[in-house]
Parts: sequence; structure tokens; C-alpha cells
Amino acid sequence: MKRIMIEPVSRIEGHARITIQLDDAGKVTDTKFQVTQVRGFEKFTEGRPFYEMPGITSRICGICPISHQLAASKACDAIMAVRIPPAAQLLREIIHCAQVVQSHALSFFYLSAPDLLLGMDHDPATRNVAGLIEANPELARAGIELRKFGLLVIEGLAEERVHPSWIVPGGVKSPMTVQARDRFLAAIPQAMATAEKTLGIFKGVLDSFTEEIANFGSAPTMYAGLVDSAGNIQFYDGLLRFRAADGSIVQEGIAAEDYAEFIGEATLSDSYLKAPFYRPQGWPEGIYRVGALARINVAEAMGTPRADAELTEFRQRFGRMAHSSFLYHYARLIEVMYGLEAMQLLLQQADVLDTHVRAEAGVNALEGVGMIEAPRGTLIHHYKVDENGAITWANLIVATGHNNRAIGDGVRQVAEHFIRGDKLEEGMLNRVSALVRAYDPCLSCSTHAIGVPALDISLVDAKGALLDRLRSDA
Amino acid sequence: MAAKTLTIDGKQISAEEGATVLQAATEAGIPIPTLCHLEGVYDMGACRLCIVEITGIPKLLPACTTKVAEGMEIKTNSERLRKYRRMILELLFAERNHVCAVCVSNGHCELQTLAYSQGMEHVRYDYTFPKWNLDTTHRLFGMDHNRCVLCNRCVRVCWHIEGAGTKNVSGRGAKSRIITDLNMPWGDADSCTECGKCVMSCPTGALFNKGSTVGEMERDRDKLEFIVNAREKKQWIAD
Ligand code: SF4
Ligand code: SF4
Ligand code: FES
Repeated sequence: MKRIMIEPVSRIEGHARITIQLDDAGKVTDTKFQVTQVRGFEKFTEGRPFYEMPGITSRICGICPISHQLAASKACDAIMAVRIPPAAQLLREIIHCAQVVQSHALSFFYLSAPDLLLGMDHDPATRNVAGLIEANPELARAGIELRKFGLLVIEGLAEERVHPSWIVPGGVKSPMTVQARDRFLAAIPQAMATAEKTLGIFKGVLDSFTEEIANFGSAPTMYAGLVDSAGNIQFYDGLLRFRAADGSIVQEGIAAEDYAEFIGEATLSDSYLKAPFYRPQGWPEGIYRVGALARINVAEAMGTPRADAELTEFRQRFGRMAHSSFLYHYARLIEVMYGLEAMQLLLQQADVLDTHVRAEAGVNALEGVGMIEAPRGTLIHHYKVDENGAITWANLIVATGHNNRAIGDGVRQVAEHFIRGDKLEEGMLNRVSALVRAYDPCLSCSTHAIGVPALDISLVDAKGALLDRLRSDA
Repeated sequence: MAAKTLTIDGKQISAEEGATVLQAATEAGIPIPTLCHLEGVYDMGACRLCIVEITGIPKLLPACTTKVAEGMEIKTNSERLRKYRRMILELLFAERNHVCAVCVSNGHCELQTLAYSQGMEHVRYDYTFPKWNLDTTHRLFGMDHNRCVLCNRCVRVCWHIEGAGTKNVSGRGAKSRIITDLNMPWGDADSCTECGKCVMSCPTGALFNKGSTVGEMERDRDKLEFIVNAREKKQWIAD
């Protein structure tokens, strides 16, 4: 028995290891996606006051700090049993849109675009952001612009350097100024034009990826995501809906506090990440995917005109239910457009400048759940506290967790299609890494957005002896 | 009262008899780093950050508890002193669990500020990662022993400004711990008047208002000064 290990998956944010198990004939028998996640989170937070959770969780799993602050604060709102002021709700939604835009821009331009636009078999030494800038300066500039726009809003609202945690239990720390609102509104049209241009370029290169679209984790699965009462996509609020691979709705209207009734968590021995599954169907039948592709499959529509036009075109190309993981990239770009449109609408609301942005309360419930759509998928924070507000128990379900099994299955599919024998070929193995990157997994708290990927691939036999090794160092 | 003449960092100054070296230096505009010192309560030399060199005395002495004397020659900022101050700070960090990024005092913390200003770049000692708990039983305030530097400010203000005597120290050495009443949960401490002076006095994130999130504890020490001035000088001002 031989094993091919790819470690770490370069350019994804965090650390993961892929083990491809070969039999003696060199055929793929099994694939595992293993991640090293922050362990002992529950222990770490035990005894901490509940209102510290937004700050703590955004630091220890901090690739998308805003998402954790939002989910944590919603869980805390539930413990305080408050309904946050309307302006606070709008401001939380606005910063969330900004976070989606900047996170998707980061993922697309910095992590995935080098594969997509330079080609999978491009020389690994230049298959990175620097190579992208050289080959397609216009697109690289678009990426930088969109990310900058997202950060403009986030920093403008949260004054990140001054207040590390702007989103707090009960609302947000400070209201938005007229100047800030006008600055954001003025920057949106340009950002939309950039998003549209990027979508255009992406659609232009789609045809050269038919093989990837067919083989990139294209096994149909169930999907989960939040939707509003009209069934349209929702990032901040809304209820959880499960939709089957054939398009039928499995379950909908799941409120945050009822998640455990529908989501079970399997503990995998070889990964610190727990793998959630749809409880009524059991493990592993009940696997489902979350994230951009899942959301647009689950929702009826986006609910904003330009994003809906893009979604219509997407569905014309790939059908009502699109299964290829490769299409996560496409879905993210549609969501960037949606995020910008939604933000524009939110900024135009009458009470968005209201200065009452924080509700105060103590412990009014001993348990609270917060659920949002993070850029990478449904994020759930669940806390229990004692009567003094000290955390006694905490559970987090993160996006990469939901997708864990699907990523593993996808790797297998790619491996079977591309890997033969025990020789390590860069282009082939890079496709396996690219599959994982399609999910944009949030694995730990390190970001390495720019730079040459450090790819370390080992080929190991059953006894652990190294057969072959391929490395592209920074 | 007789005046004493002395030299601090080469500068000739005079100070009142009975004044501390710290007072004399402050008066002369010479900064000495401090941590346990708090205007308005007596000094006890708990932290040793204010150590100075005095010619003729081999030991380093704390400026906050050393009285001025005629002809003293004092150095406040030698390489040796800087080395020891950094060492003291590193030991303070290693002794408890300071995670600034998630701390209520992040950005407004005297310990953190000192670490920056004294050029502490890393901790050379092994962190002890002690197991300390939190006390969130009080209606208004919380205490996180993980961040306590045992400066005793809270104890002193509780006894000598408020006069409640709720806060005390139990244990010895690194195991010392701030307690309330007879080592009972703060929420059960009958003597506590809920005045909040201890919270105002704390230099770190150890004492906090309940509900504070990361970086939200900014302390209003003017209030303490106001009370002390009013009581001792009959002046209703904080300077
Ligand atoms: S008390 Fe000060 S030094 Fe300690 S964790 Fe908090 S900010 Fe950092
Ligand atoms: S609780 Fe604060 S004021 Fe009291 S001894 Fe500890 S650090 Fe000093
Ligand atoms: S300030 Fe002098 S010993 Fe602490």
C-alpha cells in the first residue's frame, strides 16, 4: 500500500494535509482531508464571561474575524434575550456585506485566480499573484480594488486599529457617521463595475475548464444555507434550509436555536475538525455542502437585480442545481455583486445613522445560539452560561467543517481521474490542491495572501517510508 | 520642613524632607516607570519597576518607597536598570496568563504600555500557564486572576480611600491572590459597597466592569484623585 501526501495545501489559508491512499497496483483506494484546527476551544473559553466571546472567537479562528464576531454576538444577544436596535442590525449587515466582498475577492484573486487564469500546468514558480499581475494586470488590479473597497468599509466602521471588536453583544460599539455613509455609497458604483468586469473575464475563460468542471468534486450532494421568508439568499439573518441534490427542499425554516435537531456532528479520528451531517439522514448519508455554491443552489434568487441577472445566466449554463465544486469560484463572484447591491440598499435605509446602536442587558437566558452565513458557509456559535454569565460550554460549527466530507470525496474524484502510478507530477497534484482551494477552506488563523506557495508533497508507502517528495519553496 | 539637595541623573534638585525619590524626580520632571504606585494611596514597593541606582548603595532601591537624603546621587535610567526593568516585566507576563488580543484592557493597559516603553520584545522565561479562575459573581464587576499583577492597588484603595476593607491578599509568593472578604465569591462579600474604586485603580485587565468587551476598559483615575484631593487638601478638584 502506498500513500501520496500533499502537505500543506499551498495558498489556502491555514494548514491541511491530503493523504491519498494507493493500493499495490497504484490505484486510489481512499482519500482523506485532514486539518489541524485550533483544539481545546471549548476548554479555553470555559469560565470566560460570555460577552468576551466575540473578541475571543474572532482571534482564535480569525481568518474571517467579522463572521465570528457576528455569530458570537448573535449568540450573546440570545443570552441577554435582547432585540438589538434597528440601526445596529443594519450596521452589522453592512459590515457583513463588506466582509463577504473582501473575503471573496481575496479568495478569488489571490488564491484561485492564478490557477484559473494562468492554467493549472503553468510553471509553479510564477503561478501566483505575482504571475497573475504580470499576465493579467487588469484583473489583478480589479482584485486589489474590490478587496480595498471591502476594507474601506470595515475600517471605516470598525476603526479596526482602535477598537479591535466593534461588533459587540447587544449591537455595535459606535454609530456610523454621515461622512462614512457617503464615502461608502460613493465608492459602490466603481466596485460594482469592477465586479462586473471580473465576472466578464471569468465567464470568458470558463470554456477552457470543462474538464475541471466535470471532475472537480462534481458529485451531487445536499446543500444548506440561510434564506429569507421569500426564499432569497440571506447572509446575516434568515432561517436554514436544506435542499437535496435533485432540487427538492428537504427541510426549511430551521431557526438558530433548533440547529441541533437537524445537524449532527461526527467526530473523525484523523481530523480535529468535526464533520456535521443532516441528522435525519444520519452519517455519512446526510452530508451536505455549504458556502457560495450551496447558497445559490439553496436560494430561489439573490433578491437584487444585477446579481439576479448573473444568477439567471449561471443557471442557464449549469442548470438549477450546479454540483461541480469548481463553480464555487463563479458563485463567489455572483455573491460579490450581491454584497455590493445589498450594501447599497442598506446604506440608504432611513435609520442607518441612528445613534442608538447598543442594547444593554445581563444574563436573561442560560443558552444562546448565533447562526449566520459566513463567506465560506453557515457558521454556528452555541454557548451555555451559568447565572453569572460565565461560559460553561461552547460549540462552534464552522464552514469548513460542513464541507469536510465533501472535500474528501472531491479529492478522491480528482485523484482517480488524474493520478496514476506513484510519480508526483506538479500539474496533477496541483489540481488536487486546487480542488481544496475551490472551497476556500478557513482552516486556522493564518493568512498568507501574497507570496509564492510553499507546496510540500510527500509520497509515502504504508510503512511511512518516503518514496518521493516534491517541494516548491517560497 | 527642611529641604534636601540631591542629584538625579546629573540634575541638581531640592526636595522636601520626607519626600520619596519618586516624588522628587516627578517634581523635577524626570520620569521613572512605575506600576504599583498610585497617587492618593500609600506606596508599598510591590512591583519594583521604579528601581533606581544610588551611589554608595550596592542594592537597587525602589524610588516610590525610598526617602530623599542630603547629597544623594541617583541614576534612574542606566543600562543596568533598563535590563532589570525588562526582566521584571517579562517575569510578570510569564507569571500569569496575559492574552492582550482578547483582553478588556488591550490598548489601555499600564502593564502593556510599560512593556512597550521599556523595550520588552519577548519573554525569555517559560510561561507558567497557571490555572487561575475568574470571579464574575458580583452584580457590576468582574475579577480575572489571570491578569492580576499583585500590585495591591485595589486593596489599598478599598481600605484607605473607600474604607470598606473588602479586598485582601491571601497566599504567598506567586501563589498570592486577591480575595474578597474571607475568601468568598465577590458577589457574596457583604462589606463591598459597590463603589468601583478598585476597578478604577487596577492597572491591568484584572478588574473590569461586567459586559466590557475587548479593549473597552478605559479607567477614569481622575475620580480617585478627586476624592483624595477633596479629603486631604479640601480642594474639590482633580489635577
Ligand atoms: S492585563 Fe494588560 S498585559 Fe495583561 S492581557 Fe490585559 S492588556 Fe495584556
Ligand atoms: S486586581 Fe488589579 S489592582 Fe488588584 S492587585 Fe491585581 S492588578 Fe493590582
Ligand atoms: S512603583 Fe515603586 S515598587 Fe511599584
